[in-house]
Amino acid sequence: MTAKRVFVPRETSAISLGADEVAEKLRAMLAKSGSKRELVRNGSWGMCWLEPLVEVETGKGRIAYGPVTPGDVESLIAADFLNGGKHSLRLGPTEKISWLERQQRWTFARCGLIDPLSIDQFREHGGFDGFEKALAAGSAKVIETVTASGLRGRGGAGFPAGIKWQTVARAEGSQKYVACNADEGDSGTFSDRMLMEGDPLTLIEGMLIAGFAVGANKGYVYLRSEYPLARKIFSQALTLARDEGWLGQDIRGSGFDFDIDLHIGGGSYVCGEETAMLESLEGKAGLIRYKPPLPAIAGLFGKPTVVNNVITLASVPRILADGAASYAEYGPGRSKGTLAFQLAGNIKRGGLVELAFGRTLRELIEDFGGGTASGRPVRAVQVGGPLGAYFPESLLDTPLDYEKFAALGGMVGHGGIVVFDDTVDMGAQARFAMEFCALESCGKCTPCRIGSVRGVEVIDRIRNNENREANLALLSELCDTMVDGSLCAMGGLTPYPVRSALKYFPEDFESGAGDRR
Amino acid sequence: MPAKYDKTIAAEIINRYGARPEMLVQILHAFVERYSCISDEAIRQIALALNLSRAEVHGVVSFYHDFRTTPAGKRVIRICQAESCQAMGSRKLTEHAEEKTGLSLNETSSDGELTLEAVYCLGNCACSPAVMDGEKVYGRVDPEAFDRILGRKQA
Repeated sequence: MTAKRVFVPRETSAISLGADEVAEKLRAMLAKSGSKRELVRNGSWGMCWLEPLVEVETGKGRIAYGPVTPGDVESLIAADFLNGGKHSLRLGPTEKISWLERQQRWTFARCGLIDPLSIDQFREHGGFDGFEKALAAGSAKVIETVTASGLRGRGGAGFPAGIKWQTVARAEGSQKYVACNADEGDSGTFSDRMLMEGDPLTLIEGMLIAGFAVGANKGYVYLRSEYPLARKIFSQALTLARDEGWLGQDIRGSGFDFDIDLHIGGGSYVCGEETAMLESLEGKAGLIRYKPPLPAIAGLFGKPTVVNNVITLASVPRILADGAASYAEYGPGRSKGTLAFQLAGNIKRGGLVELAFGRTLRELIEDFGGGTASGRPVRAVQVGGPLGAYFPESLLDTPLDYEKFAALGGMVGHGGIVVFDDTVDMGAQARFAMEFCALESCGKCTPCRIGSVRGVEVIDRIRNNENREANLALLSELCDTMVDGSLCAMGGLTPYPVRSALKYFPEDFESGAGDRR
Repeated sequence: MPAKYDKTIAAEIINRYGARPEMLVQILHAFVERYSCISDEAIRQIALALNLSRAEVHGVVSFYHDFRTTPAGKRVIRICQAESCQAMGSRKLTEHAEEKTGLSLNETSSDGELTLEAVYCLGNCACSPAVMDGEKVYGRVDPEAFDRILGRKQA
C-alpha cells in the first residue's frame, strides 16, 4: 500500500498567502517524526478564501484544513490532523465543502485533485481519454463534436469554437498552427493561470485535439510574463509530455506529429487581442492587424491558425471523452456549457467558481462570495475585465449568459467579476478606464490612441465642472467614435465601463465627488 | 546582480534562440534577465544577428513594458494598480509605499537598490491587493504587510 498523502497547493494565490512556508514547515515536521506521508504540491481548488488549504488523505477520503498558516502546523500535527483529527481549522471532506460541492466542474474537474505534474494521476482521472477518442474518430468527427457541444470562445469574444476550427481545417495550405492565448490581462481574472498551474496537461491535451482536428503540427502558448509560476509549471508539463511521448513525432504510434512552444509576453495588455498576440509571437511589436483576413485563414506567419483561449482548449478534452451532448446540456439558449467565473475585488469568499451559464450575478456574489470583504454594501460590479461594463446593485439579478449581458451593454467576457463596495468613486473608475486604454493602446488606430487621452481630459473637466453639459456631450461623442472607429476591442470597448459608470452613477461625476467618497 | 555586458555571452543567448527574428521578444526577455535592461549595445548586436535594422529592434523594445532601457534596482517591487486591487485599497497602498520608500511608481532609488513599479494585474485578484517582490507574489497586502515585505530580505 502506498503512503497516504498530504496536499499543499503550489499555486500563486495560495503561495501569496504562505503555502510555500506551510509546505516547508510541514515537510520538516514530517521528517522529524519519521512519518512516511508523501507531501504533494497540488493545484488549487479555487477556494482562495480558504488558502492555504491543506488536505490529508484518510480512510474516509480527503479531509481539508484551512486557511493554514505556518504557525498552525504544530497544533495541527498535535491534533493528529494526519488522520483527520479535530481542529478549529478542520473543514471536513474537501468534496463536501459546500462552496465546491455546489459547482459544476467540467474544465476544472481535476484542478486541485491531482499532482499537476503526474501523467499517471492525469491518466487515472481520465486524462488523454478525449485525445484518444479524437484519434479514433478522425478529424471531421472531432470538429462535428466540438460544434455540437456549443462551446464558444472563453477568452471573451464568445465565437463558436467548432466553426473556427472548421474554417482552419478547410483553409488551404499544408502548414497550420494552433495558438493558445494565455495572455490573461483582465483584472479580476485568473482562471487561465489556475488551470496552467493546477492541470497543465489538460491544456496540452486540448491543443493536441485542436491540432489533430485542423491538421496543424505545431502549437504555441502565449503566456503573460506576470505569471512566472504558471510558466515554470507549464514548462515542466511540456517536458513531461514530450518525455512520455504525448508530444513530438508520431504520438503514441498514431502517425500524428505535434509539439508546443511556450512564448512569454512582454507585459502588454493589448497582446491579449488575437492579432496583436500573433504579431508578438512573430517577435514583433504587438500592433493589431486589420481583419479580414481572419487568423483562421491567414494567422501566424500568414498561415491558417486556430487562436483559442486556455479555457476554451482545456474544455475540449472532456467534450470528446464524454460526448457533445453531456456538455451542451449545461446552460441556456446559446450559452452552452460551463464557465469558470472568478470572484474578485472586494469579496469575502473570492476564488474560482465553475458553473453552467444562467445563474445570476447575485447568486455568485452573495451565495458563493458572501458579499463584500469590507462588510459594506455592494455598489458596483465590473464583469468581463477592464473593458466590461459597471453594473449597479439593481442589476445583480441579471443571469450570466452571453446574450443577456450583451443586451444590457455588458459582456461576460472571460468570466471575471470584480466587486466594489460603497466607498468606490465611479468617476475615478471611468477615468481609469480611459487612462488604462491610453497606456496600453497599441497606437495603430486614432480613436483608441488619441481618443483615450482626450477621454481622460474630458472626464477631468466634467469632474471639475468646466462646461459641464458641453463636455458631457463631447464625452458621449468621443465614446461613439471609439466604439465605431477603433480597430479592435481595446478602443472599441473602453467606452463601456465609462458609459455605464456615467449612466448608473452620475452623481460621481459631479464636482467634488471624489472628495466626498 | 545584473551581469556586465559581454558580447560572447550575448551571442550565446541569441543563438540559443537560433538567431531567429520571430524569437526577438523571447531573446529580449533573456537579455533583461541577465543584464536587467536592454542597452544600445545589445540592440546593435541583436539587430545584426537577426538581420533586422536597429530601428526595428528598438521599436519592439520600446513597445513592451517589460523591456526597460535603464537598469532596474537590485530589487523590484511591483504593486498592482488594476481594478480588482483598486476595489481593495491599492490606491492607498500605493501612496503608503511611495511615502515609505521615498520613490514614485516606476522610479528607481538613487543607490540602485530598489525600483517601485506599477503592474496591471498579477492574477491574484481573489486576494487583492497584490504585490510582487521579484517573482514572489503576496496577497491581501495592507500597509503593514507592505512594510513587512520591504523589511524582509529579497525573495
